[in-house]
Amino acid sequence: MIEIDRLVKKFGDFTAVNDLSFSVESGQVMGFLGPNGAGKSTTMKMITGFLRPTSGTARIMGLDICATPLEAQTHLGYLPEGAPAWPDMTPRAFLDFIIRIRGLDKIASRTAFGRAVDMTELHGVLDQPIDTLSKGFRRRVGLAQAIVHDPDVLIMDEPTDGLDPNQKFQVRRAIEEMSEQKAIVISTHILEEVDAICSQAMIIDRGEIVAEGTPSQLAARSRYHGAVTLTLDTQLKSKAGEALADLAGTHMEVTTRGDETSLHVFAEPGGLEPTQLLAQVRERMSQHAIAPRALALETGRLDDVFGELTRKARPLEPRYGEASS
Amino acid sequence: MNTLLTITRREFAGYFSTPLAFVFIIVFLLANGLATFYLGAYFAVGQADLTSFFMFHPWLYLFFLPAISMRLWAEERRNGSIELLLTLPVPLSAIVVGKYLAALGFSTLALMLTFPVWLTVNYLGSPDNGVILASYLGSIMLAGGYLAIGSCLSALTRNQVIAFVISVVACFLFTVSGAPLVLEVFQSWAPQALIETLASFSLLTHFRAITTGVIDARDVMFFATLIGVFLTATVIVVDMKKGEGA
Repeated sequence: MIEIDRLVKKFGDFTAVNDLSFSVESGQVMGFLGPNGAGKSTTMKMITGFLRPTSGTARIMGLDICATPLEAQTHLGYLPEGAPAWPDMTPRAFLDFIIRIRGLDKIASRTAFGRAVDMTELHGVLDQPIDTLSKGFRRRVGLAQAIVHDPDVLIMDEPTDGLDPNQKFQVRRAIEEMSEQKAIVISTHILEEVDAICSQAMIIDRGEIVAEGTPSQLAARSRYHGAVTLTLDTQLKSKAGEALADLAGTHMEVTTRGDETSLHVFAEPGGLEPTQLLAQVRERMSQHAIAPRALALETGRLDDVFGELTRKARPLEPRYGEASS
Repeated sequence: MNTLLTITRREFAGYFSTPLAFVFIIVFLLANGLATFYLGAYFAVGQADLTSFFMFHPWLYLFFLPAISMRLWAEERRNGSIELLLTLPVPLSAIVVGKYLAALGFSTLALMLTFPVWLTVNYLGSPDNGVILASYLGSIMLAGGYLAIGSCLSALTRNQVIAFVISVVACFLFTVSGAPLVLEVFQSWAPQALIETLASFSLLTHFRAITTGVIDARDVMFFATLIGVFLTATVIVVDMKKGEGA
C-alpha cells in the first residue's frame, strides 16, 4: 500500500504540491486527475524517490521513501511520464537489465520476463531498438519495465497518453488484470479512463486536492447528476420544448448539433426526484406523440466536475471589452 | 557490486550500439598517429622510446575525453531515462561509479588499440618496455582524471554541448596549471607555497612524472584522490538535483 503523508514540494517561490495526503490500499487503482501543471507528475516523482520533498514523505508498504529509499523502491514499479528508455537498447536487453539490477534470481527472472512480455504483448518487437518502435510499443516497453518484478505498488504517469484507442484498451486491460494484488496510482487527464479502470479518483489543482471519492461519487457532484437528457431530431426541438415548458420545478438547456438536439432537463433543488423526473418527461413525450432518439437519466459527468473544480478557483482572465473591476 | 557491474555493462554496451564508438576510436587513433609522427617527429628523433607518443596524450585527451563524458549524465537527463535510473533500488554511488567505469573502460580500449605503435618501436629498436608499460598506466590514470571531472560537469546540465565545453575548459585548467607559462604569471607576486600547490594540481606534472618510468605513490595518490573527489562531487550534484527537481 501507499501512504502519502503531508507531501509538500516547492520550487523557489512556487508551490507545486501543497500538503498532499492520501493513501491507496492494495487492490485499489487510484486515478490522479488534474490539469497540466497541477502537480501530478511532481507528486509521483516524490513518491518514487526521484524528487526529494520539501517536507512530508511517502511510505511504500510501510517503508519511508525518504529515509529508506532503496528498500521502498524494491516494492515499486514506476512508469515515468513519456515512458523514457534507452533508445539504442532492444526491449529484450532493456528488460534484462532491469531484471538484473532488481536482483531477481535465475528462475524468477525467466518467468518474470515471460510474464511481462506476455502482458504487454511485446513478442514481435523484442529485438528491435526501442527508438525504432512506435509510440504504442514504446509505452508498452515502459510498462513492461515497471511490472517485470511484480511490484506491490505501481505508479504510472499517464500510461495511455498518445496511444490510439486500441492501444489504450490494451494498456487498460493490462492494468485491470494486475489491479487485484497491487496498489496502483495512475495519472491521466483522460476522464473516461478513470471511469474505466479506477476504483478511486482524486482531482488536484495547483498542488491541492479539490475532490476525491469513487469515480461515480465524483461524477455525482456534476450538475448533470440526476438530470434527464432527451435526444431527438432537431425538427422536433420546439415541439418538445413546448411539451416540457410547463413541467413544474424544472429548467431546461438545449444543445443542437446538426440534425440532432439534446434537451437537458434539470430538476430544481428540492423538486422532483430523478426517477420521477424521468417518468414525467417520458409521459410528456408520449402525450405529445414525440419519439425521441434517446432518453436517459444522467449519472453525472466527470468532465463537468473536473472543469468546474479546476477552473473555478482560477482568477478569470479579463476579456476584451470588459472592464476589470 | 553486482549492480555496479550490471550498470557498467549496460553503459559500456551503449557505446557500441551506435557507430559513434567506432568513429571515435578511429579518429582518436588517427589523431594519435598524426601527433606522434608529425608533431612529435617520431622518426626524426631517432630514439627507441614512445616519449613522442605519450607526450601528446594530455592534449588529445583534453578534447576526446569530454566527448565521452559529456553524455554520461546530460544525455540521461535530456532523454528522461535518469528518472528510471534513479528510481531503481540501486545506491546512487553505484550508478555514478558504474557509469564512470564504463567510460574509463571505453577510453582504455581506445588506448589499447594504439598497440601497433608499441609493436613498431619494438621492431625498430629495443625500447625500455617497463617505461612504456608505466606510461600506459599513467595514460589510463590521466584519462581517469579527465573523465571524473567530465562526469561531474555532465551532471550539472542537460545539454551535452555545454557539458563538453565546460569539461574542456575545466580539464584545460587542470592541465595547464603546471605549465611554466601559467606558473610564471604567479611567480612574481604569489608565495612559493601557492605556486607549488598550483603546480601540484596539474595532471600534466603527475603524468609526466609517471611517463619517466617511475610510478611514484604520490602521483598515483594524486590521481586516485582527484578521481575520488570528482566522483563524490558527481554523487553530490546528482543528489542535489533531486532536491531542485531540475
